[in-house]
Amino acid sequence: MSEPTATCEKKDTVPGRSFRIRIEKRLETPAWWNAVTPVISIALALLFGAIFLKLTGYSPITVYKIMFKDTFGTRYGITETLVKASPLLLSAVGVSMAFRMQLWNIGGEGQIYMGALAASWVALTFTGLPKYIMVPAMMIAAAAAGGIWAFLGSAPRAIWGVNEILTTLMLNYVAIFWVEYFVYGPWRDPTAFLFPLSPVFPKAAWLPTFGNTRIHWGLIFGIIAALGVGLLLSRTKWGYEIRVIGENPSAARYSGMNISRNIILVMLLSGAISGIAGMCEVSGIIHRLQAQVSTGYGYTAIIIAFLAKLHPIGIIIVSLLFGGLLVAGYSVQIYGIPADIATMLQGSLLFFVLGVEALAQYRIRVIRN
Amino acid sequence: MPQEDGNIVEMHGITKRFPGVLANENVTFCVRSGEIHALLGENGAGKSTLMNILSGLYKPDEGEIFVKGKRIQIGSPRHAIEAGIGMVHQHFRLVENFSVAENITLGMSTPRFLLDMAAIEDEVLALSKEYGLQLDPKAQIWQLSVGEQQRVEIVKMLYRRADVLILDEPTAVLTPQETRELFATLERMKETGRSIIFITHKLEEVMQVADRVTVLRAGRVAATADKTDVTSRQLASLMVGKEYSPTLPGKTALETAPVLTLSDVTAYGDRGTVALDGVSLEVKAGEILGIAGVAGNGQRELTEVITGLRKTTSGTISLLGQDITNRTPLEVINSGVSFVPEDRYGTGMAPNLSLVDNVILKSYRTRIMCKGPFINYDAARRQTQGLVEQFQVKCAGIYSRARLLSGGNAQKLLLGREISSDPKLLIAAYPTRGLDIGAAEAIRSILINQRNQGIAILLISEDLEELMRLSDRIAIMYEGKIMGTLDRDEWDIERIGLLMAGVRDVQHEEALT
Ligand SMILES: Nc1ncnc2c1ncn2[C@@H]1O[C@H](COP(=O)(O)OP(=O)(O)O)[C@@H](O)[C@H]1O
Ligand SMILES: [Mg+2]
Repeated sequence: MSEPTATCEKKDTVPGRSFRIRIEKRLETPAWWNAVTPVISIALALLFGAIFLKLTGYSPITVYKIMFKDTFGTRYGITETLVKASPLLLSAVGVSMAFRMQLWNIGGEGQIYMGALAASWVALTFTGLPKYIMVPAMMIAAAAAGGIWAFLGSAPRAIWGVNEILTTLMLNYVAIFWVEYFVYGPWRDPTAFLFPLSPVFPKAAWLPTFGNTRIHWGLIFGIIAALGVGLLLSRTKWGYEIRVIGENPSAARYSGMNISRNIILVMLLSGAISGIAGMCEVSGIIHRLQAQVSTGYGYTAIIIAFLAKLHPIGIIIVSLLFGGLLVAGYSVQIYGIPADIATMLQGSLLFFVLGVEALAQYRIRVIRN
Repeated sequence: MPQEDGNIVEMHGITKRFPGVLANENVTFCVRSGEIHALLGENGAGKSTLMNILSGLYKPDEGEIFVKGKRIQIGSPRHAIEAGIGMVHQHFRLVENFSVAENITLGMSTPRFLLDMAAIEDEVLALSKEYGLQLDPKAQIWQLSVGEQQRVEIVKMLYRRADVLILDEPTAVLTPQETRELFATLERMKETGRSIIFITHKLEEVMQVADRVTVLRAGRVAATADKTDVTSRQLASLMVGKEYSPTLPGKTALETAPVLTLSDVTAYGDRGTVALDGVSLEVKAGEILGIAGVAGNGQRELTEVITGLRKTTSGTISLLGQDITNRTPLEVINSGVSFVPEDRYGTGMAPNLSLVDNVILKSYRTRIMCKGPFINYDAARRQTQGLVEQFQVKCAGIYSRARLLSGGNAQKLLLGREISSDPKLLIAAYPTRGLDIGAAEAIRSILINQRNQGIAILLISEDLEELMRLSDRIAIMYEGKIMGTLDRDEWDIERIGLLMAGVRDVQHEEALT
């Protein structure tokens, strides 16, 4: 017979002892949990990965050692981590902006591609521009393209309430097809044999790098974007509206805020930031447009935004961690271990963060009789 | 150890904890055969919890229960009904698309492959006649009014041969007439030897219908007494734990120009049916216009059309002579309308944001609250501190989340915010709903104060006593129409009640009474 209790408690009596253990829901999760949960989640994810490695015949300790040493122990590892973190950071800031308003923009990937496409168009069309005009022009074009792409994904939501998860996701494929169209078609570099590559950009369209590393200004843009968005959300009127709409749209409507307009503005900004991530990839690293601009940065950015609980500083930290994970994945490949171990760790990280988060809502109490 | 022979139910030492709340603490509660026993207490006193334990929905952490002299464990509602205990919950548990008779037999422990619906319908009809509970056994639940649904729940319990019937705040959803009919039914059930436990927080109902009363306060029993031994004043004091003064600061009648005027306003509700049907009314400066009516008769839509949250289909709304029909919510706010919505956490606040962020919800655009595109959080903090002190909002700090405020404190903050913008018109929808007496009184005196300072107030409430205490005039709504507007010297509870039930005609009124 089922028992329709509405309580969320569970009672266990331990025979022969004079206390009971009770699991009950917390009314409020204490603040220190926010710091502890990521640590526990990372530990659990590593443990999970270790079991998996063990089962497939690798020594987890050795693999983790290699991963850690090659990533954080070498100059190459560190600079590559920063290189990989740059697009992740930008795109994660972009999507987190939309998530704040409960807009599930999962179109970061497509916005990156469109940003790269528009930046490439500027670089390949206005070849004579000096750097100080070329770079800003590429940025503006990339931001506009990314923003419009996100807008296309959200306009149906703002107007008819269509779920933006589907629209933004589908537009990712469309964006990738556009880039392919150009690199296989009109922009194909005749000197690159049959590879789908555009011609190399003029030097003026290359983002400056730091010293002789591959780290480019995209990292700075990412940090500025994270801090800027943090300031925007916590200090400005517009940021306040975004927070209220995200928390309670009825209260926002009640207080006279224009929700549709905000959906569109936030999506424009969100897409613009991801668009700049795409521009930084072509202008800072590849220096030309190719069919694959991003290896799923726009999707990883979603995980990063969630792990960081949409907090700007958290996003910077988690982006670095995930950049490192990508590099670590490549580094173990040399030893014959699939690079997918890094992707698996990313996935299990998200899983454990969500799990630990859910558990953190409960507490265990011992009641003595 | 059952104590007394005449007791059909005895609960001893019942304790029930919820996370962070001690809902019942060492409660002893006994019901005699053939009595109407009122269980009185403020919201949150633990009445529903205690009765949910008796009806098998919750298990007590401590304590024992005796029914008809035998100690039993009530593990589920089915156990309870087998022991003869049936409960009609605050929220009904009926299946919308099933008929009355089907709902009544649904889930019974005697399964039959061939339900003889006709026989069941006859039996249901007989029961409903016997107890004066008018019902059509063939009607589907969704066709029924709330009052009728309640009758279905009662007949359902009678059909299952409950001899202890628990009713959880049954009158909250009824008009005064329906309440009277319900009381007559309870008397009839009492005559047939059944016991009735009647949960309420309304004193006058206890005085009207109960034989005995148990008062719960903060999870404990404050007293159990025969009704004839107590006055309603004593009960009120027992309920709130302090001397209760039902009088409010004096009022000064003012003759002033109308602030809000609605003429012939029509609007659709969420389901596309007409929710407001040619509503005309006026609220003058320095008066409280009360809106009486059973919830769901257009009150919510009325507040929404005035505040710009819902479009009208015809008619005009004007504020101080200026047309505000179908303006945006922002334009209405800027023209001086404040609004305490009925759903305070769902609409009036962003519960996960801080008190400060909630206080600036309406004022973050104003010149004092911002510097260019930035919000002046210094000013916001000062404003919040000011409100918290002025209205004695108990909180864990102004940066704690609003959802941690208790209902009364949340409402004080919300009302404080709404009047701090010096509105011309204040709309307050069910401002004291769910609050304990102390907080409710605080809210009421704030409203009276505002009125005395010349603000026009539109007060919507389902508590007639409250409306009659606070209002200068009362308009009664029924099915989206204003049935009438009565001045202080014209109204009495009967007259308002009839209008609430949709009876407008005077002769009809006499025929009914
Ligand atoms: N299922 C539940 N989970 C947690 N707390 C509850 C639950 N039910 C009731 N409470 C709490 O127990 C207290 C008593 O509630 P209740 O019995 O519903 O009071 P009443 O019916 O007298 O208004 C309240 O503080 C309420 O918040
Ligand atoms: Mg209750």
